[in-house]
Amino acid sequence: MVMISDFLGTSAVENVKKALSAARENESFNALISLSETRALERAQKVDAGEITGRLAGVPFIAKDNFLTLGDTTTVASDFLKNFEAPIQATAIEKLETEGAICIGKANLDAFAHGGSTENSAFGPTKNAHDETRVAGGSSGGSAVVVALGIVPFALGTDTGGSIRQPASFNGVVGVKPTYGTVSRFGVVAMASSTDTIGVLSSTVDDAELVMDIMSGRDSRDMTTLPDFFAPKQESQTKRVAVIKEFMSDAVNPEVRKATEVYVEALKAQGVEVGEVSLPMLAYALPTYYIVVPAEISSNLARYDGVRYGARSPEASSLDEVYGLSREAGFMAENKRRIIIGSYVLSSGYFDAYYLKAQKARTLLINEFNKAFESYDFLIGPVAPDPAFKIGENSDDPVKMYMADIMTVPASLAGLPAVSIPAGATSEGLPVGVQIIGQRQSDAELLAFAKRSV
Amino acid sequence: MISQEILDTYEMTIGIECHVQLATKTKLFSAADNDARDAEPNSKVAPIDFGLPGMLPVLNREAVNLAIKAGKALNADIARVSRFDRKHYFYPDLPKGYQTSQMYHPIILEGFIDAPLEDGSSVRVRVHHAHMEEDAGKLTHFSGYSLVDLNRAGTPLIEIVSEPDIHSAAAARAYATELYRLMTYAGVTHGDLYHGNMRFDVNISVAKKGATELGKRAEVKNLNSFRSVERAAEFEFKRQVELIENGGQVVQETRGWNDDKQVTTSQRSKEDAQDYRYMPDADIPPIVLTDEEIEQIQAQVPKLPPQYREEFSALGVDSSVIGKIMSRQEYAEIASEVLARGGAPAGKRVANWIASNLSPEETEGDVKMPSIQDLLTLAEMAEKNEINSNAAVELFNALVDGATNPRKIAEDKNLLQVSDEGAVAAIVDEVLADPASQKAVEDIKAGNDKAVGFLVGQIMKKSQGKANPAMAQKLIRERL
Repeated sequence: MVMISDFLGTSAVENVKKALSAARENESFNALISLSETRALERAQKVDAGEITGRLAGVPFIAKDNFLTLGDTTTVASDFLKNFEAPIQATAIEKLETEGAICIGKANLDAFAHGGSTENSAFGPTKNAHDETRVAGGSSGGSAVVVALGIVPFALGTDTGGSIRQPASFNGVVGVKPTYGTVSRFGVVAMASSTDTIGVLSSTVDDAELVMDIMSGRDSRDMTTLPDFFAPKQESQTKRVAVIKEFMSDAVNPEVRKATEVYVEALKAQGVEVGEVSLPMLAYALPTYYIVVPAEISSNLARYDGVRYGARSPEASSLDEVYGLSREAGFMAENKRRIIIGSYVLSSGYFDAYYLKAQKARTLLINEFNKAFESYDFLIGPVAPDPAFKIGENSDDPVKMYMADIMTVPASLAGLPAVSIPAGATSEGLPVGVQIIGQRQSDAELLAFAKRSV
Repeated sequence: MISQEILDTYEMTIGIECHVQLATKTKLFSAADNDARDAEPNSKVAPIDFGLPGMLPVLNREAVNLAIKAGKALNADIARVSRFDRKHYFYPDLPKGYQTSQMYHPIILEGFIDAPLEDGSSVRVRVHHAHMEEDAGKLTHFSGYSLVDLNRAGTPLIEIVSEPDIHSAAAARAYATELYRLMTYAGVTHGDLYHGNMRFDVNISVAKKGATELGKRAEVKNLNSFRSVERAAEFEFKRQVELIENGGQVVQETRGWNDDKQVTTSQRSKEDAQDYRYMPDADIPPIVLTDEEIEQIQAQVPKLPPQYREEFSALGVDSSVIGKIMSRQEYAEIASEVLARGGAPAGKRVANWIASNLSPEETEGDVKMPSIQDLLTLAEMAEKNEINSNAAVELFNALVDGATNPRKIAEDKNLLQVSDEGAVAAIVDEVLADPASQKAVEDIKAGNDKAVGFLVGQIMKKSQGKANPAMAQKLIRERL
């Protein structure tokens, strides 16, 4: 893997060329949807000419292909937006560019970020950086793999229910999902407005911290952003943490549990007090998530109607057919599944029983987290029940696929910051991560703690 | 045709939903220009109005402030916390696939308005609530295709929902008219009816008088004039009664108003009603307001029609005169200002001049009004009998047409009355000496007072209308 510091003080043009050629050498992983060579080199020349300076001057990075970027398509890994070129950039991209970073391409994902394996892509599945027969995880699978392969020091991802943390764990990189509202969602294709977060995948926590410091803060174009609270810390103050009991059950792969146990022992050796906490509402987190999130998805994906942009079905001969045939062709099966579930739970007569009840369960879950944080600074557990599975293994069983999210969706529903940090590997050599979950807006301390304990 | 006797056994019940376009500079959630009148199609469209991926709404605070002002005009409380929801349906004029509205927690709570009727009485109509929402775009249909214009998409509206408190077509018109007055006076909307700044959906049902249950209602959508509100209600009343009397049933449906034929026509029935799948909009935080904020914004609301009416009716001004003054805020402002500065007689005079000489304009457009000072001068001249009433009206109209300084105009046009007693006396004597006046003189002496009027008329004629008639009368009586 490579770090940001490897690219500082060197020629930006050389940095970009190096990253582009590394990307081409690793095409077999299918981690990228597109490269924006022309624009990247133009910006690199400006950096080398001293026209652009900043903390990331000349550092190449890759964005998940649900960030709107200039100089390239923004496909969301869908047929619908296969040729879509955005007229405007995401705030996160702009902020990084202002500091001199250079976006060299767009990473593969599950179409519209729906999935946990990067198999639901109109551009084919991304392969795990450590085993090409296995999935990259998802939906930010491409972003995790390009970091794990050392193509770039960091990549941007989005995390709605685990989409940064889980692929980070599967590929042995650091993945940061911040507090909801830390980074502007402006210019990022929406999945679920109430849980979408923008974060980073990198080889070190220090690099993630720098990128978060640059991206975070209030944005007049996103009303849900928080005033900038993120200030990197020199040293962690954390004294007490707890392992989440429900995350260590027999349903979780023993090797995955073992990684967490080893990590906890290391913490204890450093003098951190480690307790155990039980959150009974966690049993309801997954069903709650798969009601609230599809509801928001069905709403956010209503705009892809074939009328103004994107792929309009050439066979359509009426308005209903423009909608029906364009959406039929433009969405993947998983997109349609979520739209149907979401439309169902919002429909008249079911709204109270499903959507409202799920929102109430969400509130109870948040209350349980709050209570746990009265006693502990951070909560710890695995990221996913199993390490990276085989490509195609879960494709026919959506519920089994959803189960892989069981330990990442709770923090998403509660809007909490959570990181996935590398914690060794299984006997087969598959990376395993540990997840650390913090109270809202504890992001800086969370990263300081994660740094200390790696 | 159903006879009047049968119609009289039925009563109509009407509730009105009114969409008011807010007078903001920019749209509800974007920085695009809110005034798209005469603009090229799709030239006032921000990325969010276009439904581009990744775009987010940014709530226009000015729209919230106007809603708070509207709440005052509706005698309604303002919700301390209100929220936006999404209303989903597919249509090419709806770029995001949902309309952002307030389904569950509207900003304006229960209120009421008193709508004046022509006979001087008024009808109280309760307001159930009013919520903020964005407008959709506009489609133009051609044979085989349609064109989409998104200039109007995202325009801020408030929808005012009345209780079914209206029981006549005239009251429906009165309610619509008074809503218009309240919203324009409060500065909530420009009130350009031609461009659809206010649109009315009239829900109407009929039932036998005294019946405990309301009948099935039809909704006549998108009426954009007070007259069409009244006519549509009249038409629907007769249509529904006729249907029932002929053994049929009213079906719950949406109907449109055909202004050329003056009829309503069926558009879609309840069976086609859509499930809008409302849900809270997570992209927009709740609007949280404090008492202080609400007070501060509502303090900026100028005087509203009910206050003006109170002022003028206290003066004893006739309700029909008041109605005409209310037709334009400029009229009411001027008359009220003259009243405040010149006292009751001046206020009353100017009110009457406005009512009988200015047309009650109900559409937008600038009207130039005379200065308060000129009106005060004019009222004073009339009060002191320096001019007669015809001259006063002539001068008033000259002022409305842009002239200034009424005294100078009166002098230039020779409109001032002769109030110099000697000069008037000379004319009086001349008329009394005229043989043609002798019959009248004798009549007066015989006690027939009416003949005084004839002589005053002769004096006015001789003086070319400039003699002060009161003085002339006084002098005649002295001499006879």
